[in-house]
Amino acid sequence: MRERLAQDVSGLPTWAFESKSTPWWGTLGFMAIEGMGFALAVGMWLYLAAVNPQWPLGPPPATLWPGITLTALLVLSLVPNWWCNRMALRQDLRSVQIGLVVMSIIGLVAVALRGFEIAYLNFRWDVDAYGSIVWLIIGLHTTHIVTDVGDTIVLAVLMFTRHARPRRFSDVTDNVFYWVFVVVTWPPLYLLIYWAPRWMG
Amino acid sequence: MATGRAFLISAVSLSLAACSGRQSSLDPQGPYAQQIANLFWAFLAVCALIWLAVCVVLSIAVIRRRAARPQPLELAPARERMMGQLVLSLGGGTGVIVIAFALISYVAQRNLWAEPNSGMTLRVVGHQWWWEVLYDDPQPARNFITANEIHIPVNTLVRVRLETRDVIHSFWVPSLAGKMDQISGHINEQLLLAARPGIYRGQCAEFCGQEHAKMAFSVVASSPEEFDAWRDGQIRAAAPPEGPERRRGRHVFESHSCLVCHTIRGTIAGGKFGPDLTHLASRRSIAAGTAPLTAGHLGGWIADPQHLKPGTQMPPGDLGGADLSALVAYLMGLQ
Amino acid sequence: MTDAAVATSAGRLRDTALGQQELAARLDRLWGTPRGILGWLTTVDHKVIGRRYIATAFFFLCIGGLSAIAMRLQLAKPESRLIDADLYNQLFTMHGSNMMFLFAVPVMEAFAVYFVPLMVGTRNIAFPRLNAFSYWVYLSGGIFLWTSFFLGEGPDVGWFAYAPLTEQQYSPTHRPDVWAQMITFTEVSALAVSVEIIVTVFKQRAPGMTLDRIPVFVWSMLVTSFLVFFAMPAIMLASTSLILDRLVGTQFFVSGTGGDVLLWQHLFWFFGHPEVYIIFLPGTGMVSMIVAAFARRPIVGYLPVVLSLIATGFLSFGLWVHHMFATGLPQMGASFFTASSMLIAVPSGIQIFCWLATLWDGKPVIRTPLLFVLGFVVIFVIGGMTGVMVASVPLDTQVHDTYFVVAHFHYVLIGGAVFPLIGAVYYWFPKICGRMMDERLGRWNFWLAFVGFNLAFFPMHILGLQGMPRRVYTYQPEMGWGGLNLTATVGALILFASFVLLLWNAVRSTRHGVAAPDNPWDAGTLEWATSSPPPPYNFARIPVVTHREPLWAERDELPVAHGLSVERREVLVSTITEARPEIRQASPEPSIWPLLTAIVVGIFFLGSIFTPWAVVWGTPPIAVALVGWFWPKGSREDET
Repeated sequence: MRERLAQDVSGLPTWAFESKSTPWWGTLGFMAIEGMGFALAVGMWLYLAAVNPQWPLGPPPATLWPGITLTALLVLSLVPNWWCNRMALRQDLRSVQIGLVVMSIIGLVAVALRGFEIAYLNFRWDVDAYGSIVWLIIGLHTTHIVTDVGDTIVLAVLMFTRHARPRRFSDVTDNVFYWVFVVVTWPPLYLLIYWAPRWMG
Repeated sequence: MATGRAFLISAVSLSLAACSGRQSSLDPQGPYAQQIANLFWAFLAVCALIWLAVCVVLSIAVIRRRAARPQPLELAPARERMMGQLVLSLGGGTGVIVIAFALISYVAQRNLWAEPNSGMTLRVVGHQWWWEVLYDDPQPARNFITANEIHIPVNTLVRVRLETRDVIHSFWVPSLAGKMDQISGHINEQLLLAARPGIYRGQCAEFCGQEHAKMAFSVVASSPEEFDAWRDGQIRAAAPPEGPERRRGRHVFESHSCLVCHTIRGTIAGGKFGPDLTHLASRRSIAAGTAPLTAGHLGGWIADPQHLKPGTQMPPGDLGGADLSALVAYLMGLQ
Repeated sequence: MTDAAVATSAGRLRDTALGQQELAARLDRLWGTPRGILGWLTTVDHKVIGRRYIATAFFFLCIGGLSAIAMRLQLAKPESRLIDADLYNQLFTMHGSNMMFLFAVPVMEAFAVYFVPLMVGTRNIAFPRLNAFSYWVYLSGGIFLWTSFFLGEGPDVGWFAYAPLTEQQYSPTHRPDVWAQMITFTEVSALAVSVEIIVTVFKQRAPGMTLDRIPVFVWSMLVTSFLVFFAMPAIMLASTSLILDRLVGTQFFVSGTGGDVLLWQHLFWFFGHPEVYIIFLPGTGMVSMIVAAFARRPIVGYLPVVLSLIATGFLSFGLWVHHMFATGLPQMGASFFTASSMLIAVPSGIQIFCWLATLWDGKPVIRTPLLFVLGFVVIFVIGGMTGVMVASVPLDTQVHDTYFVVAHFHYVLIGGAVFPLIGAVYYWFPKICGRMMDERLGRWNFWLAFVGFNLAFFPMHILGLQGMPRRVYTYQPEMGWGGLNLTATVGALILFASFVLLLWNAVRSTRHGVAAPDNPWDAGTLEWATSSPPPPYNFARIPVVTHREPLWAERDELPVAHGLSVERREVLVSTITEARPEIRQASPEPSIWPLLTAIVVGIFFLGSIFTPWAVVWGTPPIAVALVGWFWPKGSREDET
């Protein structure tokens, strides 16, 4: 078929931030899938609570302090996370490097705190269905923290190499975006794990 | 329609000849199954008409003569609008029909699940792969347990409480009613009502493992007098065996592993794992409807259960020929 | 060239600077899959991967079909001793799982992987490496399932694997683990493809392809991908919980310690019902494309058709309980699901009316693709009708788990999805292979399939009503089911023969078929604007879309966009609603890392059915592989 030149696209940029680029949409897509996973896990908790005459079943509620500490850390981490995003949008390499290092450290501390949380759950996954679903939910969220921390560390290293091209700033904002998802999904799960059993029991 | 129905009914009547009893939702023998069958014919009539209409329109659309469009995009806007409206109104019509369906379905449902208070209650417990049937009575001495054969009086509402000892099974007697699952941790109920005396076959309808196919049972509906006589017979403990052969058979039963799993009331055998055999010989089949109860089948079954029903939890008999025939003679005497 | 030089010159040489031939030659070098085994393993071309997906899915169709034939032979007469209970139970589980997870869903995705980028006018799918990865994971899942079967460890718990039959206590072997982990493989791949399709459709449409100009097949795949998004996490969660129950002793589906066996059914059917539409909606999309092409006019009611697809997608999440009417749920709740299940007949009906109107108003050209569509209408309407029947609680208590339901879902799935699919094979084969399929064989193929299908499955309705439960390996002669079962077996053999004919026709046509022009059917959508088969870069210049049927609107010359680089792989990324181009984004080059990642992920999945420690030692290799995948290699694609 013959062609007729109708539109010149040569002047378009070769990369862009956020919703103009495809990786951002890919990230959003995986968030939708994982968000659905969280929602269904919460649904399982609620279903089991509904079919059991007594809920929580046997185990005592989990110890509060590790959860509170981690929740506070996650919420506060949104500030440096947001700053990192701003610096990336400004394409300020030095500040982005600092931001990513800070976020990596915060992430590692979060992983450590999550370890304490699990250690202080006070019950095993195999005691009963309550134990199983709490472990499943916390395990699911831990996977997300670990994945994003890994991603942050790799990206931080990358931004110190010769590969730190302007286009990578877009990757930084996507990473920031994903961390927001990891943080935002936590409070409902936190209430479910720590407070719902106290209010119901 | 009429021919279709005739075809279905003639196909069904083939199975009526079977000695194992009727098992067809199109051959209702009580009001519950009848109501569902009526609902089915109503749905079928409407659906068949719609399907025919679609096929007719499709055929005409393909074969009718008309001039070809010179270009695919030469469309008349008015005609396009008209067709769009037609499509939407047909969609609306579809909506009306399905709402009507939902309503008549709901009416039938309310009738089927109404909560009548009279009638008798019994319990059916599913096992891999047989049915335990428990007749509970206000007087504990009149309780008894049987297996794979449920007796009910005709024209009496029977409430069947459904449980399982292991995986999910589904209790289904198509000629009398729909099916209901037996699920651990849940107690379900199925109402049965037989309008006529007869033997109605049922079968497990939820896949439950290797021998799901051989997990059948029968419902024997008889007059209230016959039912009462049957029940009185079942309540009694097994009569002591008569004659040396049967006495030897009882000894074989009590001295081998049979008693670990089976109960025969009136003997020392009190196992709970397998079917209660107190009145085995009053039943029509063995191994959950797998074979008719004859001395030959019973002997074969005891000697090598895996042959008749591979995977069954019953271990092989491991008996000498004389012991085996004595055992069979004893069991065949358990009327 | 140094990195800096690469960076500054990236995208400097533009397509406008070159003549048609030199442009094609340069793009060919730039986008072509390298030769040799390494090129084969590293390719990220959506067409190469799409072809692989299609071929693999059809391979699984063949062995799934063979398992069906084996079962039909066993059931042809009562008390047949051809196949024993243990093998039969594996066979029906394999058949169902294989057909749903390894054939039906992947084959629809395969067509999307191949055609969505062509139909929306872009050069590659979004996230091409993820696409390569998804294929390898899918392939591993299929090999894993069938190897287990041939080693005697084929799952034998049914394709919906109801707890507690699947729990350690009742299934001490690894059979349920094989089933559950096969799910994980195929779900990972399906989810990945869905992300790719959604992003491709949202962001990589050719300039001017506004939302109301998106081809209906692309719409159907978009809706399908969203269904995958929200349905598949349920089965992932369910199968993971099951494996945890079996491996580390969690108590999700164990009654007595607070777990609940019905929880499994809720999770499974929350996925399982949309799953049916994940298979069926792409089928309807194919039908809409074929109907328009052969009726020689655009589809009547584009908007109602698209809205019906979306409505079906939403409604499909409100029906799962109609698979559980016999579990003794509260009656009021059950009747809600009756109403919602029946309501889904409305959007399906609207689509059928639109196709009828299109055929009525057009002048249909009867070729094999259209024959399959006509057969689809006749068969699928029956399946839809029986679907309305099983949605009624009272009727369902009789027909549930009987051969009536087996007949119903084969009418829906074979009639509703496989017939359109075979039509689609005949329709798009020239585009994929550059040659036409044989029309005479095609007609034989259709009539064998149509007659064989109805002969095989119509009698099953009656068998079910006569009380024959599904999943029984044998039945007694007194039941009177022998005649209809024998008929069904004969029908199944004829249906199988039709697939053999299809395969023969396809294989023969790849060599001896008549060479296909770019647009052999004179259809209106963009995949026909490029050569048959398409070059590695799909379009030398990206088309500019001015109409819903661009090739019908622009009969003489196609308006195109110019100014893309010929030195690095570039795709146009545009706005969601108006498809106004915004960036010239780099598109990834071939890479071995998707394959390596798929291998370590496969080892992880496989190991974790034997020991929980696989999660510990299996994770670091995955992390390494992912870093390898994403770490820039200093190529022109990476550096801007």
